[in-house]
Amino acid sequence: MLPLTVRDLVLRFGETTVLDGLALDLGAIGCTMVMGPNGSGKSLLLKLLHGLIEPSAGRIDWGGHAPREVTRRQALVFQKPVLLRRSVAANLDFVLKARGKDAGRRAALLDHVGLAHKAAQPARLLSGGEAQRLALARALATDPEVLFLDEPTASLDPASVLAIERIVSDARARGVRIVFVTHDMGQARRMADDVVFLHRGRVAEHSPAPDFFPRPRCAAARDYLGGKIVV
Amino acid sequence: MHDIGDALGLAVALVLSGDADLLEIVLLSLRVSLSATVIACLVGLPIGALVAIGRFRGRDVVLIVMNALMGLPPVVVGLLVYLHLSRSGPLGFLGLLYTPTAMIVAQTILIAPIVAALSRQVLEDLHTEYAEQFRSLCLTRLQTIRALLWDARYSLLTVGLAGFGRAVAEVGAVIIVGGNIDHLTRVMTTAIALETSKGDLALALALGIVLLVIALGVNAAVQSVRITAARHAYV
Repeated sequence: MLPLTVRDLVLRFGETTVLDGLALDLGAIGCTMVMGPNGSGKSLLLKLLHGLIEPSAGRIDWGGHAPREVTRRQALVFQKPVLLRRSVAANLDFVLKARGKDAGRRAALLDHVGLAHKAAQPARLLSGGEAQRLALARALATDPEVLFLDEPTASLDPASVLAIERIVSDARARGVRIVFVTHDMGQARRMADDVVFLHRGRVAEHSPAPDFFPRPRCAAARDYLGGKIVV
Repeated sequence: MHDIGDALGLAVALVLSGDADLLEIVLLSLRVSLSATVIACLVGLPIGALVAIGRFRGRDVVLIVMNALMGLPPVVVGLLVYLHLSRSGPLGFLGLLYTPTAMIVAQTILIAPIVAALSRQVLEDLHTEYAEQFRSLCLTRLQTIRALLWDARYSLLTVGLAGFGRAVAEVGAVIIVGGNIDHLTRVMTTAIALETSKGDLALALALGIVLLVIALGVNAAVQSVRITAARHAYV
């Protein structure tokens, strides 16, 4: 499925152009952090790559496959986790069964995300951090080759953030390709192998993390990292 | 007021005495209306789910028709079923006219559109919430429908209740296709109509009170289930 090649990607909603001729290349391994100001198209880029929406123009090539052909081999964790109106365990059972996975993995997955003791609890009564960990467990239950994360730690406390980062790092260590949208500079520095900086619907910069943070090449990224308002 | 007082007294006396005739009428009413509700749910829920998640040409027309059918006049349904089941009708050979089965058929036709239209709205709202997650999980249409029906189960209970309420209170269709035959097709609503026409208002009111108590009891049971479910954030 990897590498990923994106060329001339355009996404329009009516008269509004959200992504405008975006180009991107991602290698087979690592954790790519996608950053940029609000409205730069980060979440929509993830949905396009995952095949949830169709571009207005351009090409997304997952090693010779269109996005819809590889959606099943990927998983996406949304900023606001969508949990079924069932118990924590039943949320996992649903995915394992729907995807034909071994139902016996439920206990190990819950243990991995620290929710084994909440298995019988209604999922929608979990705290924000717990809900996001369940969403992560559900995503990992599908054995994705690529894991997209759309600001999964937004509005979470530091302990929850670190718990999620640990789970994501474990997945990365097992060879899952991570594409992670965040506004959190500290998180980006901790997690990133490379950084894609979006601005005005384009990739303004794509650099290895050790280069991006001390020496961003584009002015918008410099302003963004410097705490200035970037529009 | 005198009649109401008599009726209350008679109702209590009838219920407490375990009056066989009253019990027979109540049980037949419940049998007919519950059967119609179950069949209407088996038919209406999948239709509601398919329309809820489907995007197809003419969907708006389907929605208009579904909503319009909620207001089907019972006497018209009764007449249509009568024409089909009468000896000269296309289904006359089944010999179902003036049987409880005919009453179940008529009530099912009446409430299936209610179940389909109301469940469509419930399931469409839920699908809006789940759609992206389900697409990401690459669920099939059948998996999606089953998940929606299960997760909306408590809201759909209310939909079923609305159907049951319509069925158990309905008189026009069942009196046409059932004939209000004593010990065979007499249900609470047709008995009330008969007793009223005979001038026996006390018995009619007594039956009405039993009908109201049943309706209240079923509503209370469903509401308590929903409250428990809401406490677990399952609604």
